Amino acid sequence: MTPTPAATEDPKRLAEFEARIARGDTIEPKDWMPEKYRRQLIRMMSQHAHSEVVGMLPEGNWITRAPSLRRKMSLLAKVQDEAGHGLYIYCGAETLGVDRHELVSQLLNGTAKYASIFNYPTLTWADIGAIGWLVDGAAIVNQTMLAKASYGPYARAMVRICKEENFHKRQGFEIMSLLSAGTPEQRAMAQDALDRWWWPSLMMFGPHDKDSPNSGELLRWGIKQKGNDELRQRFVNLTVGQAKAINLTIPDPKLRHDAETGNWAFGEIDWDEFWRVVKGDGQCNRERLTARRKAHADGAWVREAAEAHAAKRARLESVA
Amino acid sequence: MTKKKQPEPAETGATEHQLWEVFTQPGGGKPFEHAGSVHAPDAEMALQNARDVYARRGEAVNLWVVPSSAIVASTPEDIGPFFDPGNDKPYRHPQFYKVPRGIKV
Repeated sequence: MTPTPAATEDPKRLAEFEARIARGDTIEPKDWMPEKYRRQLIRMMSQHAHSEVVGMLPEGNWITRAPSLRRKMSLLAKVQDEAGHGLYIYCGAETLGVDRHELVSQLLNGTAKYASIFNYPTLTWADIGAIGWLVDGAAIVNQTMLAKASYGPYARAMVRICKEENFHKRQGFEIMSLLSAGTPEQRAMAQDALDRWWWPSLMMFGPHDKDSPNSGELLRWGIKQKGNDELRQRFVNLTVGQAKAINLTIPDPKLRHDAETGNWAFGEIDWDEFWRVVKGDGQCNRERLTARRKAHADGAWVREAAEAHAAKRARLESVA
Repeated sequence: MTKKKQPEPAETGATEHQLWEVFTQPGGGKPFEHAGSVHAPDAEMALQNARDVYARRGEAVNLWVVPSSAIVASTPEDIGPFFDPGNDKPYRHPQFYKVPRGIKV
């Protein structure tokens, strides 16, 4: 390993900090922490919050075209939850001494990353099912682990989020199971959605640990408790049976049960595609950022009106 | 325009509203607990935002919002001396007192 910048920290305090992590202590905002720990958390939490916010776009796309009022209400509630999740995590990130406005600016000017999965298009109604089932399903695996993160505000935000994600996953799975049991066209639509979302969902767990620039440090400091590959495997193991139960085929000819490990072995991810999308060249990267910038600009008058209202009220109260 | 330049709308909208800490009471009779924070330009909107963010599923029967700047907190360095007086007063605890065997007090 190359020496980390943590070496510039006061070695005594760093040792005390790492002993706390090893004991399983929770780190709180005012506790001493290495600068690198703070920076890793801000990076990871802001990316996570941005993902929740950008994640509203592919689904928001289908609110007006939901096939029934019941589906429309569910989807509206789910998208509202995603906004809430973004806010929980931004608020957690702000305890690290960073301003939310700064983080949002980084998203809008394209310097911050968010989950690549949202750079894929939602072409049919079945995609809403696939997102709930697979994308939220993968997020649950990841976030259940993060609910034990060493940083208190992040862990607490995750506990809150995990409670709400199960609704997201189940509404998605219900859509998929109904379509799969429907007409041949509906079935084909469900299978097509699974075909397109399966591999990007596996990519959500990030690169192999050996290729991940951040994994080592995140694991050492207890921000993450488990590596990307282990979580990905857990997700595959959970999902194979669910796909079978609703008669859909996971698009991986190499998928097979390994009796020795008890795991479902799977084929290799197209890492070229992964890096291409991460670096901004996915199908919808530009569209998502454009939509996000427009939404932010279109909402400016609401923020200004709220400020003007508050200022007027304060003025009237001071006169009275 | 010769008028003194007013801040452009985009500029006024480019700052965050004030930060408020949110406390929720999860049920009647329960103590309030810290839930997180929200941004809002005044107390009334802070309360509405807190409801939308932290009480979408009946998680709270009451809400408090407090300007974050008004919170006064102990510091981690206090942990020893600040809380220390409690440690050498075992007579504050019921186990300190001896009761004859077989009697419930």
